[in-house]
Amino acid sequence: MNAKRMDKLATAIIGILVGIVVLILISLIGYILVTGIPHISWHFLTSPSQAFLEGGGIGDQLFNSFYLLILTLLISFPIALGAGIYLFEYAPKNWVTNTIRVAIEVLSSLPSVVVGLFGFLLFVVQFKLGFSILSGAIALTFFNLPLLTRSIENSLAAVPKLQREAGLALGFSRWQTILGVIFPEALPGILTAIILSAGRIFGEAAALIYTAGQSAPMLNYANWNPFSPTSPLNPMRPAETLAVHIWKINSEGIMPDASAVSAGASAVLILAVLIFNFSARWAGNRIYRKVTASK
Amino acid sequence: MKTYSLTENYIHKFDSTKTTIGLATEDLQVFYGDYHAMYDGNLQFPKHAITAMIGASGSGKSTFLRCLNRMNDDIATVQGKIFYQGIDINASNINVYEMRKHVGMVFQRPNPFAKSIFQNIAYPLKKAGIKNKTELKQRVEKSLKQAALWDEVKDDLKRSALALSGGQQQRLCIARALAMNPDVLLLDEPASALDPISTGKLEQALHDLQQQYTIIMVTHSMQQASRISDYTAFFHMGHVIEFDRTENIFTKPHIQATEDYISGNFG
Repeated sequence: MNAKRMDKLATAIIGILVGIVVLILISLIGYILVTGIPHISWHFLTSPSQAFLEGGGIGDQLFNSFYLLILTLLISFPIALGAGIYLFEYAPKNWVTNTIRVAIEVLSSLPSVVVGLFGFLLFVVQFKLGFSILSGAIALTFFNLPLLTRSIENSLAAVPKLQREAGLALGFSRWQTILGVIFPEALPGILTAIILSAGRIFGEAAALIYTAGQSAPMLNYANWNPFSPTSPLNPMRPAETLAVHIWKINSEGIMPDASAVSAGASAVLILAVLIFNFSARWAGNRIYRKVTASK
Repeated sequence: MKTYSLTENYIHKFDSTKTTIGLATEDLQVFYGDYHAMYDGNLQFPKHAITAMIGASGSGKSTFLRCLNRMNDDIATVQGKIFYQGIDINASNINVYEMRKHVGMVFQRPNPFAKSIFQNIAYPLKKAGIKNKTELKQRVEKSLKQAALWDEVKDDLKRSALALSGGQQQRLCIARALAMNPDVLLLDEPASALDPISTGKLEQALHDLQQQYTIIMVTHSMQQASRISDYTAFFHMGHVIEFDRTENIFTKPHIQATEDYISGNFG
């Protein structure tokens, strides 16, 4: 077989493989959206869920998911940023740094259900935080930190070394260089990393079942006192998220329209993750273009 | 490859009563780990003149240049003394960040910040403690004029510096270095990534700047060295082989290695 035909054959095989991947993805997402979207309505998105009756919504779960997401990012972003900056800019190349890296890698491959059970034992039981948003947010931080740290480190590494030298040669200290030169340039990448990790957090269920709990107590959205048990802002209340809700309906849901609620909730979840992903691309590109002035 | 004696050298010494020296090195040695990259660098760089450093790739000229504002600090071990205004700036107790404001540097590839043209120059000034807006504007304008870039960018200072051409970016980097009011300007092959027209503008700018600064530049282009420099140092395998007035280096060099390099019979 000559080189040209070989090349055509290889291209065709690669094309078929890619096609399989795309087909699986599209049919999966398509199925979820097609079965779920007809059930989505304003009422569905805003009303509380029903345990036994028909017509329950996912309002509280949706709110819980977002609230948990924000709390998790508030905790994990500063830590991941500090860790990423340290690892890339300051860490000496020795066995301590290598150990940290290995630890991060191990942490990133930890099954989320293990993270959840660990969170259950440590925060819920040992620290007596109970099934709460806070326990959930800490567990999700464990789940999120390794990948976020890694992607922040990668974003910093993508800034050319010349930029560092430019800063240093102007009499900037290392910290000034990082803060004033490196960080702004790495920002599009860091932002993309945050939004993508938001998608992962949003869809996570296993780590939350034992930490944030599976119950959605009645919430009063007019109550903004974070210490009140009915306030949506109270971080010490149990909070079932959207992903956990879907899992629960499918494993023990006894409401008559369980499959409809599950389908609708799944579609909302997928849509939210899709929105996170596309906005990550959009925002990343936009900031990148703005910073680099490329068209 | 011909082997040249590395100990045979000719280093022009200045009469310090007649020529003011902007920067001088004494027995400068550089090690990358075990590798000895630079031997006994003894050079004097006269004020208000351009000194070119030439030599083959790997001859140690860039390594030498980067020592002069301590950019090799975290990369290599640098021994020896570097005198600036009578002070050894290679000493460990020197405030490196303060020193670098006096010894500016421009790199081989243009590296403007991902900020506007104005901010590229104003931001480092602000970091250096200049808050007055009028003064910032004046310093930005002055340095852009010095770098012969003002006329090309004055109407659009808010534009991103990365939208400029390579030659403009490099002149912006020079302007940025000049805005800090340094005495010494180090340039590491500043024209190697530029086309001939941009190179011409850059050389013109450097020529105008030499009245006020001690300029030390590494170049791969011998034509460039002969066009714009007053003094030339020839490096070979980590040794300074010859240092003299540029016309002497190019017309009657003292060392065979220099002559061979200049005439293209090297190696």
